[in-house]
Parts: sequence; structure tokens; C-alpha cells
Amino acid sequence: MGVSILKQRDYLIASIQSALTDTEVVQLRDALVAEVARHRSRGVIVDVAALDVIDSFVSRSLSTVAQTNRLRGAKTVVVGIQPDVAVAMSQFGLGLADVHTALDLEAGLELLDG
Amino acid sequence: MEEIRVPIRSDADTVVARQKGRAAAVAIGLSRTDATFVATAISEIARNITSHAGSGEIVIRRVTQGGHDGLVVVAHDEGPGIPDVAAVLRHEYASDAGLGIGLWGAQRLMDAVEVLSEPGRGTTVTMTKWCRFDDVGTLLGQRGA
Repeated sequence: MGVSILKQRDYLIASIQSALTDTEVVQLRDALVAEVARHRSRGVIVDVAALDVIDSFVSRSLSTVAQTNRLRGAKTVVVGIQPDVAVAMSQFGLGLADVHTALDLEAGLELLDG
Repeated sequence: MEEIRVPIRSDADTVVARQKGRAAAVAIGLSRTDATFVATAISEIARNITSHAGSGEIVIRRVTQGGHDGLVVVAHDEGPGIPDVAAVLRHEYASDAGLGIGLWGAQRLMDAVEVLSEPGRGTTVTMTKWCRFDDVGTLLGQRGA
């Protein structure tokens, strides 16, 4: 799977490197929830800049990660949504419930620190 | 542009179909944003094939009508079919996970979506995106010139 998950301070940073199949999206969703629990992380950043499509399945999976982590007291921040992808998501009506968003990794860390 | 045929048997094929759809959209002159709309709609419709029919095919081709170019995406399967197409297209199925959301999204992202389905005989979804000549990119380009 084209995703790396790194620990930085109390946070986890997941960087998606390439397009993901639905199976890989499910693996990422489950890995993020498991790793947040294992490291007792207070926040997770998911960098989606490499995704050229965010459809209903990816959107729902990110919301599930955010909702699950919120129940454990951790924040989820999605960073790097491409402008064209944001337009498509908006047109579609995919709002990413419970997910925080930021422009890039740096802004995501600022949001978590805030 | 040659007609592109992508067999859909797994979620990896869905990724291939949407990447080829994006490339074809750009090749016929659709904007980057419209190409993203096309790729997203293909992703949804291909998922409907793998989830509900198991396998099928997506065909992508250029169409010209009244001097305008467009991209047509046809998704066909021989799965169980949709009992009430009209209800699905009106988004009366509340589920945000299944068939309903995919066709709903495709309708919002594409210029036209037509669904032919017969219970027990499969489903054919035909989606079209037209090139627009009053594209924002074109306007900005003209102003810059």
C-alpha cells in the first residue's frame, strides 16, 4: 500500500503516496484507528495531496477514522486536498463529517497544537 | 481518440478506469476540474459494478454533436439490475454507502446520466461530459493575451 505512517510527538502523520484501491482505503482506515490506540496519539494528520480523486468511499472512510478517533479523544486533520478534488467533492456534496482540514502538513500541525 | 475499454473485475480495475477516463477527458479538451469530475464519477460507477454485479466493463469514447466535443462513459454489467431506477436517481434510497450515492454523485458531476436496467439482466449507465467553450480557463487565457 502506498502509505507511510510516522509518529511525531503525540501525533501520527499518514502520507498517501499514490492512488489507493478501496481495499487499501479500508486497510488505511483500520491501521489509522489501531495506531492511534497503540501510540495513545492525540492527533492524526492524513496527507491526501497525492489523491487525484476523493469519492464517496474515501470520504466516508476518512469520516469514520475521524469519528472513531474523536471517541478516543484524538483529532483527525486531512491536509492537502487538491483544488480540483475540492471542487468535485463540493459538487458531489461530500463534506467530510467530523474531519478537520488544513492546507498542508505545517498548517495541520498548527491546528493540532492550537 | 481511440475507444478505451476497461474490464472491471476488481477495485484495482476501478483505479485503472478512472485514470484512463481522466486522461481521455484531458485529451479531448475538458478542463482539469471537469476531468476530475469525470474520474470521480467513473470511480463511483465502477464501484457499483464490483459491489453489485461482480464484474462488467467501462467503455470511454469521444462524441461530437453540433460541433461540440464530449466524453461518453458507458458502464455495463450483467448483474442483478436495479428494481426501481427512478427512485435511485431521485436519491430515495437513504443509504450513503450503496448504489444510491454513486448514481447520485455521477448525476451531479456529469452533464447527463442515463440508466437502463432490467432486474436479472443487468445495468447500463451512460454518462456524458461536454467541453464548454466559455470555460473559466479559456476566459482567463484570453484576458491574459
